[in-house]
Amino acid sequence: MAEAPAAAASAVQPVGPLLAVRGLNAWYGESHVLQGMDFDVAPGEVVTLLGRNGAGKTTTLRSIMGVMRKRAGSIVFADRQTIALPARTVARLGIGYVPEERGIFASLSVLENLHLPPVFSRSAMSDQEISDLFPNLRERLSSQGTRLSGGEQQMLAIARILRTGARFLLLDEPTEGLAPVIIEQIGRTIGLLKERGYTIVLVEQNFRFASTVADRHYVVEQGRVIDMIKNRDIAANLDKLQNYLGI
Amino acid sequence: MAEPLSITPDFVPVVPAERDDKALHRVIFIVLALAICVAPAFIYPVFLMKVLCFALFASAFNLLFGYAGLLSFGHAAFFGLASYVSAYTAKFWGITPELAILAGTAAGALLGLAFGAIAIRRQGIYFAMITLALAQMVYFFSVQRPDFTNGEDGIQAVPRGHLFGLFDLSNDMTLYWTVAAIFMGAMLLIHRFVHSPYGQVLQAVRDNERRAVSLGYRAQRYKLMAFVMSAAIASLAGATKAIVFQVATLVDVHWSMSGEPILMALVGGVGTIFGPLVGAAVMTTLQNYLVSAGSWITVIQGVIFVLCVLTFRAGIVGTIADRLKRNL
Amino acid sequence: MLTDLIGIPIQALAGQLLLGLINGSFYAMLSLGLAIIFGLLHIINFAHGAQYTMGAFAAWMGMTYAGIDYWWALLLAPLVVGLIGVAIERLLLVRIRNLPALYGLLLTFGLALIIQGLFRNYFGASGLRYPIPAALSSGTNLGFMFLPHYRAWVLFVSLAVCLVTWFLIERTTIGSTLRAAQENPNLVEAFGINVPRLITITYGAGVALAAFAGVLAAPIYSVQPQMGADLLIVVFAVVVIGGMGSILGSVVTGLCLGLVEGLTKVFYPEASSVVIFFIMILVLMVKPEGLFGRAS
Repeated sequence: MAEAPAAAASAVQPVGPLLAVRGLNAWYGESHVLQGMDFDVAPGEVVTLLGRNGAGKTTTLRSIMGVMRKRAGSIVFADRQTIALPARTVARLGIGYVPEERGIFASLSVLENLHLPPVFSRSAMSDQEISDLFPNLRERLSSQGTRLSGGEQQMLAIARILRTGARFLLLDEPTEGLAPVIIEQIGRTIGLLKERGYTIVLVEQNFRFASTVADRHYVVEQGRVIDMIKNRDIAANLDKLQNYLGI
Repeated sequence: MAEPLSITPDFVPVVPAERDDKALHRVIFIVLALAICVAPAFIYPVFLMKVLCFALFASAFNLLFGYAGLLSFGHAAFFGLASYVSAYTAKFWGITPELAILAGTAAGALLGLAFGAIAIRRQGIYFAMITLALAQMVYFFSVQRPDFTNGEDGIQAVPRGHLFGLFDLSNDMTLYWTVAAIFMGAMLLIHRFVHSPYGQVLQAVRDNERRAVSLGYRAQRYKLMAFVMSAAIASLAGATKAIVFQVATLVDVHWSMSGEPILMALVGGVGTIFGPLVGAAVMTTLQNYLVSAGSWITVIQGVIFVLCVLTFRAGIVGTIADRLKRNL
Repeated sequence: MLTDLIGIPIQALAGQLLLGLINGSFYAMLSLGLAIIFGLLHIINFAHGAQYTMGAFAAWMGMTYAGIDYWWALLLAPLVVGLIGVAIERLLLVRIRNLPALYGLLLTFGLALIIQGLFRNYFGASGLRYPIPAALSSGTNLGFMFLPHYRAWVLFVSLAVCLVTWFLIERTTIGSTLRAAQENPNLVEAFGINVPRLITITYGAGVALAAFAGVLAAPIYSVQPQMGADLLIVVFAVVVIGGMGSILGSVVTGLCLGLVEGLTKVFYPEASSVVIFFIMILVLMVKPEGLFGRAS
């Protein structure tokens, strides 16, 4: 089962990576959080960033997105250097962002949350497709965004960026604090998006979940990528991985 | 500067620097005292007294803003009320000037206790708006009670009187030494307060109120104490001013008077002991030069406000302190 | 027919209540603008009163120097003053965006001094007269009171403006973007929305609202440099009383306080100028975060 996606990924490999991160550094004030991140993401791939708390995974996503104020290095997305671009321009290149804790706005209704990001690509999912993909949201459109359950909020956060036409998604811990049955549902959604050709970078603590959806795993420690493990090799590397993650 | 000579092993990182600052401050205070003694030989004493009164006023504001983080937009209430009380008692009760000043200061301090108890219920910008609104009440009161304030004309021709019934203050130099003594006393008091354990706690509350509260400090009590102290010193400045210039008018309680110490503290350096004095000297001198410019002075003050906030937030003394890596 | 109430003639009572409502509608419009600006910029716009004054002066100058009538002034003055607001935001406020909120207060206080000083230099401190537009210069006798048409118009139009503002913010896409940006500007930016531009537009719109109120005020209050500053201090108290959390809250608080002030003028005139401040003190004692505010 793990073979198929990897094969699909290698089929599009000749195009070159969709995202290439080189020597990425980032700071929160004085604290130097990313110290030279290097990694690639090929088109159509699902890649996870694994690592302990504070390793710099979230900061990496924030840096790619451009919401980190202080960053340096190189981030090339679809052959375009984005390190100096403001977040709004990065978003318009077709990158969708689901922040940690989902970023649902409390002062907006579900529908307003859904319609907040502007649509900027013809490949955008229509409201109908979204509604088919996330049937739970349909009945809750007028309720306050943060009144939804954690799982529904996660669905809303994903639906919100699919509507913009982004084909490259950054998901920050989509399973955090959710019940197993919801996690399974999110796993299915990610699988479905992958089938449709979306490229996804996932930050995860839950590596069991990660291994069910991803093609490759980058292990992050102290602001650097210290290892890369293909999902098909994960069984052979279990000890090493558990050591990295301190489980 | 030289390294500190005596080092207490337990507190190596903190105490030597503090002690060093103390020594430095002592030197500055001595130089300041000498300067005040020599100044009247070169500068008109009435102008000097104006500078000292406003320096006191600005220092009072700065005590609250710089060391407690509370921006008051209502210090004219204390300055103005004290000015009225001191002028009224000196003129109509005929008491000696030191008692009139004391009465003004006490009245302002009491008002500070009342206003402070209300205003510290909110922080930040709300605190600023509340103090402004409260001060406006004092202004309206002053407008509506001409029997006390003499309305638009204000209380004029206030007698300077005899200090302790002995020294005739109508002599500018005698008055000057009195004002200088009041000023130095209050400045030393402020310095003492800021560097006392109370002042240290106050600054901890300013920097992180939640943490200070979790450490067991009753933040509200410290803030109120700072507020009353600040109000009392602003009142002392207002009361003294009324005796020096022999008038108390609505200008003293108007909100624009609350802007004066803010600007002076900003120009001189917020959160420094000597900044407000420098700011007061600079701004008062500027006002003196621009007296002919009439209401352009407001525009110029506004421009200085904007420029200070945009490009010169440390102020004169603050910038020097940064260069020297010292607290001034 | 009942002609007086506890010794107060109905005519006088109704007249004062109308005056109170009109004052209240100015409190409502100005506190609304302050709240909108504060929500996104985290700045208390101390220049708000001066910008209201600018609206009134713009109308007066338009009429005196260019023959622009009241109705055009109602449209043009907010536009011009709003554009000045945009320039202020782009040139000055943008530079202090990452500083503590108090610096914004100090900077806009400086701006208020500049604007007020300039007007005083060119027009003096005494009031200028701005005529009531001819179409609204008469009034109607309602039996229990005489209703000047211009006052009725001011009341109507200011309430309409408040409602439209509420609608824009609570029920449109622009409004939901604004609310989202108040909550988490970085995330809104990461969705491809130009937040700095949104901030500029918001400040400009808040300033334009103040200027609009200024034009409305020009024919009833005398046009003078100090008019905005005195009003703003009361509006600050209104904001402290209402809290800045809710738009309808600001409007209701403003109107109610205007009414209370009007009533005080009837029953205890000496206290009418300070009654709002007294209410502020009471509210601070009982519910420091304000009637519609959220505890922080």
